[in-house]
Amino acid sequence: MNLQSIFTELEKVDSEFFDRLDHVSRRGLFSTLSRKTVAVAAPAIMASALTKAYGQSSDLPQNVVDVLNFALLLEHLESDFYEIGTNVPGLIPDQDKPAFEYIRRHEELHVKLLKMVLGSKAIQKPAFDFSAKGAFPDTFTNFQTFAAVSQAFEDTGVRAYKGQAPNLMNAKPILETALRIHATEATHAARVRYLRGQKGWIPLASPSGLPQVAAGVYAGDDNVIQKGINLADLLAGQVPLEGITEAFDEPLTKEQVTAIVMPFIETPN
Amino acid sequence: MENVNKFTQVTSSVAHAQRRSFLRTVGAAAVTGGLLTACSTADMQVSPNGGRAAGDVITLPGGDLGILNYAFVLEQIESRFYELVLANPYENMTAMEMQLFQDLRNHEVTHRAFYRAALGSAGIPDLTLDFSDINFRQRTNVMEAARMFAEIGTAAYNGGGKYLTDPENLAVAGKIVSVEARHVSIIREMEYMNQTAFSGDNIVIEGLFIKLEPMEVLPKAQKYVRETIDAHNLPTAVA
Repeated sequence: MNLQSIFTELEKVDSEFFDRLDHVSRRGLFSTLSRKTVAVAAPAIMASALTKAYGQSSDLPQNVVDVLNFALLLEHLESDFYEIGTNVPGLIPDQDKPAFEYIRRHEELHVKLLKMVLGSKAIQKPAFDFSAKGAFPDTFTNFQTFAAVSQAFEDTGVRAYKGQAPNLMNAKPILETALRIHATEATHAARVRYLRGQKGWIPLASPSGLPQVAAGVYAGDDNVIQKGINLADLLAGQVPLEGITEAFDEPLTKEQVTAIVMPFIETPN
Repeated sequence: MENVNKFTQVTSSVAHAQRRSFLRTVGAAAVTGGLLTACSTADMQVSPNGGRAAGDVITLPGGDLGILNYAFVLEQIESRFYELVLANPYENMTAMEMQLFQDLRNHEVTHRAFYRAALGSAGIPDLTLDFSDINFRQRTNVMEAARMFAEIGTAAYNGGGKYLTDPENLAVAGKIVSVEARHVSIIREMEYMNQTAFSGDNIVIEGLFIKLEPMEVLPKAQKYVRETIDAHNLPTAVA
């Protein structure tokens, strides 16, 4: 855990960063915390650093609050999903258990971090329905279904953070943290795809072994035009179309992500 | 001269004087490194398009175009590396590994072509690349290099993104970085055959993928480039 470098980097980004941490002594912080404590407290410290960089959480710009709460909803979804899944005896084969334990831990850390940055502005965790209103009736009894839902969540997470990054440009330290979560989700997505026998990247807008109900997860990922350049034309004969689409992960809008996630949120009748 | 490049450039603020002198020192070190690299001889010195004399200086511009050209440097290195992996496959490369390297080659060649086309006249020239420290006949060497390039690439985009001032530029860089992170995950799986290597504690620290500043990345990249990359115009503080 290299907290020192995180703080140094934050200082580079915002020269007044440490001034804003008025009552936190930099030296004192690191001398009083053992390596282990730091590791356990890391999300808290990171969050407190981000919050203090902007004053109280109530001073966070509204667009940033909105993005972070949107991210928090997705992280709650993922975190609960892995929390349940990794605790169902016999669900996950032994060989895949360590990977899912890692992913579970990361999602838990993301929840912790976002909640602390948002403070009182954090949304409450909703109740989830991991059958998605019956679309996945055996999520926690059939490993194939569990892994498929995991892939859908991870690939959606990557595309969701990507879509929101430009909305964080007025909060640079938070933007950078979001980019780092985004890349972490991409390592998860590739790993889960791979263990399901899929490529680690997304060819065209292929459902990649997911049922039709999850088609929205890959909608528009077959785009070949970037900054007005048609890469399919440019690279015809050099790179297969599939490879061109794999090379760029496309963003999803908030509306698209909400439509994907909505069935997993339990709405009281 | 309209539409010479597809990226929006926003005038950057002048760098702090102290930082500037620090960058000069880094620049001098980079020059020395470049000359040393140029002295080494190897079969793997490759310039796809003729190339330039070793020791030429390539000065990256400032602002968004500087960051995008910085990314272009990394994409040039990665794409050429995979072209060479496929041209010189190590012994006993499995069908699965061959497929993996073909995919990685396709992605990186696409990234390179994208930057070349999008940057247009604002793009740096094709670099003369030198992979003489990589033994393409050894699986372990190739896997290690592939992993390193993907990890540095991801960390570089993570650290460079905040310097982009145009949302569209950030958006397109964001489309690429997650693919680089996917590469990290799969290459590490192949290299280590280990269940948790895909997101190991040395690349994802407490849930956050590492990030690197351009000044941390460029000396690592310089090792593979015969021209000297002068990065003194790159933004070092966010606007």
